[in-house]
Amino acid sequence: MKFLATTLLIALLSFLSGLYLPWWCFALAACGISALIPQKPLWAFLSGFLSLFLLWGGLAWGIDSANNSILSVKIAQLLHLGNSSLLLILVTALVGALIGGGAAITGTFMTTRKLRTPSPNTPDINLSYEEQAPVK
Amino acid sequence: MLFEKKFTFKNFLPHHLNIAGMRIVPFLISFLLTAGLIVGLNTQWGMTPPLGKFLSPQHGCWQNAEPADQNFATTLSLPGLKEKAQVYFDEYLIPHVYAQSQQDACYVQGYLHAKFRLWQMEFQTHAAAGRLSEILGPGVNNGYLKYDRSMRRLGMVYGAKKTLEEMEKDSATKRDCDAYTAGVNEYITGMKESELPLEYKLLNYKPEPWSNLKIALFVKSMAYDLAGADNDIEMTNAKSLFSKEAFARLYPSTQDSLDPIIPKGTTFLPAGIQPKMPATADSLYFNNKDTVTMRELKPEKNNGSNNWAVSGKKTLSGRPILCNDPHLSTNLPSIWFQMQIRTPGYNTYGVSFPGAPYIIIGFNDSCAWGITNSGRDVRDYYSIKFKDDTRQAYWFNNEWKTAGQWIDTIKIRGQELPLYDTVATTVFGPVMFDPHFTGYSDVPSSKSLAVHWKANDPSNELATFSRLQSARNYSDYKEALERFQTPGQNFVFAAKSGEIAIWQQGEFPAKWRGQGQFVMPGEDSSYMWQGNIRAFENPYMLDDPDKGRGFVSSANQHPVDTTYPYFLGNDFPIYRGLAINRFLSQMNGITPADMMKLQTENYDIFAEMAKPLLLRNIDESKLDGQAKSYLNVFKLWKLRNDPGEEGPVIFNRWWFHLEQGIFNDEFSKTHLPMLRPYESTLLEALLKDSAYEFVDNINTPEKETLQQVVTDAFLKSIPELAQAGKEDRLTWAKYKDTWARHLLRLPALSRMHLPIGGGTHSINAAKQFHGPSWRMVVQLTDKTEAYGIYPGGQSGNPGSSYYDTFVDTWAAGKYFPLWVMDKDETKDKRIKWVAHFDPKN
Repeated sequence: MKFLATTLLIALLSFLSGLYLPWWCFALAACGISALIPQKPLWAFLSGFLSLFLLWGGLAWGIDSANNSILSVKIAQLLHLGNSSLLLILVTALVGALIGGGAAITGTFMTTRKLRTPSPNTPDINLSYEEQAPVK
Repeated sequence: MLFEKKFTFKNFLPHHLNIAGMRIVPFLISFLLTAGLIVGLNTQWGMTPPLGKFLSPQHGCWQNAEPADQNFATTLSLPGLKEKAQVYFDEYLIPHVYAQSQQDACYVQGYLHAKFRLWQMEFQTHAAAGRLSEILGPGVNNGYLKYDRSMRRLGMVYGAKKTLEEMEKDSATKRDCDAYTAGVNEYITGMKESELPLEYKLLNYKPEPWSNLKIALFVKSMAYDLAGADNDIEMTNAKSLFSKEAFARLYPSTQDSLDPIIPKGTTFLPAGIQPKMPATADSLYFNNKDTVTMRELKPEKNNGSNNWAVSGKKTLSGRPILCNDPHLSTNLPSIWFQMQIRTPGYNTYGVSFPGAPYIIIGFNDSCAWGITNSGRDVRDYYSIKFKDDTRQAYWFNNEWKTAGQWIDTIKIRGQELPLYDTVATTVFGPVMFDPHFTGYSDVPSSKSLAVHWKANDPSNELATFSRLQSARNYSDYKEALERFQTPGQNFVFAAKSGEIAIWQQGEFPAKWRGQGQFVMPGEDSSYMWQGNIRAFENPYMLDDPDKGRGFVSSANQHPVDTTYPYFLGNDFPIYRGLAINRFLSQMNGITPADMMKLQTENYDIFAEMAKPLLLRNIDESKLDGQAKSYLNVFKLWKLRNDPGEEGPVIFNRWWFHLEQGIFNDEFSKTHLPMLRPYESTLLEALLKDSAYEFVDNINTPEKETLQQVVTDAFLKSIPELAQAGKEDRLTWAKYKDTWARHLLRLPALSRMHLPIGGGTHSINAAKQFHGPSWRMVVQLTDKTEAYGIYPGGQSGNPGSSYYDTFVDTWAAGKYFPLWVMDKDETKDKRIKWVAHFDPKN
């Protein structure tokens, strides 16, 4: 649940930031959301990654369909991606995803160690967070 | 203090965000990695754009992927506009502009040029101003840097500034340029970063504000392309290396088969100015044996064009037809942008230059006009003797004269410091070459050469096009031409009233025979240009309705025969002109369709003359079966450079090796810049005299015959032809491989391998990267019937479906009708979108 919420929130905020702010500002969104909704680092990374993968990939795919791939074939050729629109969309999605994942994990590391790994002598107040980790 | 702040800050955050307690090491690692990734993907690596920014779907290249059903309808409120204007876009994205004044029309034109062609406009003017290195870096072997220094030293910026002054003295030109510039800037200001043209994103830079100076720079770039050619350095070397007799045979001043623009036998006015040859000409100039190692930047040598007009007595409709196809680099985005401009004063259709106001080639409700290049030599070099290496004084008229100086600051991408280029100036003009700049040559030289170029004189060429837009008759056309100085053009004209005419217009220096053919002595004033040919002495032809030949034409050939009282030099192509005149004189009852057929005619007169010569001299006993089969194809070839023919490929290779076989021995003896004789020179020489002295290979004891070299050349072609056959490139279009090539020469953004025939000597002059850049046929019936096509599309955006709209039709030799939209056709189904331009108070 938390994973899904985080992923969607990052995507939404990233999209909004993309409308008005420089391209890399979605990283701040991913980082911020991830700091506010703490998850285990790996899960945080995955939500940032997936979020941006879907957002960038989806946007690129939508634009490309409307454009009948006129431009993507040319850009793919310029970037030595073998004239493949799909590969260009994939690379686009991966670029967004890597930064998104990196930013999200950075955000999660901003949370306190104490809360994540409690000492044996204190009650595990972090339990609630653990419980909210997504079910595999 | 610091801690206090942190703790205070902490209180505002959820309890788990304890900054003091955060996991510092993993945080730092992931932060640095992510930030590093962002920075890395926001940085340009070599020619790879900053990939993060470039691929961001909301910022980068994806934003240039225009939806196929893009809606161009809009309502804009713009501050520079005086009254409401409407722009009706048709199905080809051609704007039909309805404006209430010429000024408003220019404003809207500026806006539209910027909207569809901003990057190209700015790139071309950056190139003209010698600023390529600023965008592209120094280039391989400092190629861009040498280009920039060459352009600046030639005086492109200096000339543009003088031209701008002259333009702004004319209140109408100033008003229109101001409006055009305001229109461009209005678009730039209103543009979001995501809307930046693709090339800016690829190269990672941004447009700067447009200015009237950029318009002047654009005009100068045309002057450079069309009047920036000369061979003074090469001819100087040839004069020094060859005997006088040999030189005359390699570079003859006339061509036997020439059919000039103005028919032979026309009587000319006696010269109004008789330039005096200096007394020292023989000793210091013609017999001077100096050589020059510098290598010039040269404009595309094939820049040329065809135009003609036929009178009503030769047409089916009884009304004149005017045709024009300027041959320029077939670039994408195209140098042309098609539009109709309608104001209360005129209704004009044609092509415009993104970068300048007005319609350049086109027609209105009364008449039509077109242009070809005159190719006259208006650029000469003078050898300067400087007192010392500071180049502050030079010897002139028996004294040390103080030189002027300017310092060019050339920014270089990727380098922290700019290059400061100190350029001395003389009475002749700027110093093009000196020990610190030898052009494209790596050979050091102690010489200094100043350049005198007509395009550096103040002038206002745009005024001509402003007036042509609203010209009604021959006298309006004549008046419009008056101001036109450089690059000299052949302006063809036809009116609904029936007149057809052609004027070679420009301000041309009156030269004594041989003046400026070689680098001239610059130690006194005696070698300077002595004055200009008076405009009314320029070659012209107004076809006589009764006794005239019924057509006027030009194809960059020598404009006149030898009775014209001025020296014009010898660098003019002849074969396209010959073909046009031959066809036109045979044609009657002409329709626009006939004219389209003629414009796309692939017949080759050069081959017509050369083929019998080759076949006469080939020794078939030396050929094996394979060679014989190629020879047979050549024998059967009907002299047409059609796309599927193999004959033109065989001819091309054969002539290439013949030329090499004849001249390599003489020319490979030197590393100096040299010019091989023109194809027409070699052909005419061999036709006249099979014992042409250069046929003999001077490196062998035996005396080669023409038969030997012709046969040898053919044999040398065979492996190449066999290879081409293996690669499926033996047919002409595939071999020639015509492109509509992106200005950055990127194959991905170009249209390659176009199936089009023609070539250098065909009327359809489509070469690899160069050719008919706008074909236009206008029949001046009561309701004008016009056709046109250019190898590009209205949008300069490679992500638009309008980027290459016309390319395939152009290659196929077909045309689109040019629709002059009438006032009552605003609801016509051809109109796809309407843009309303409203003034904003």
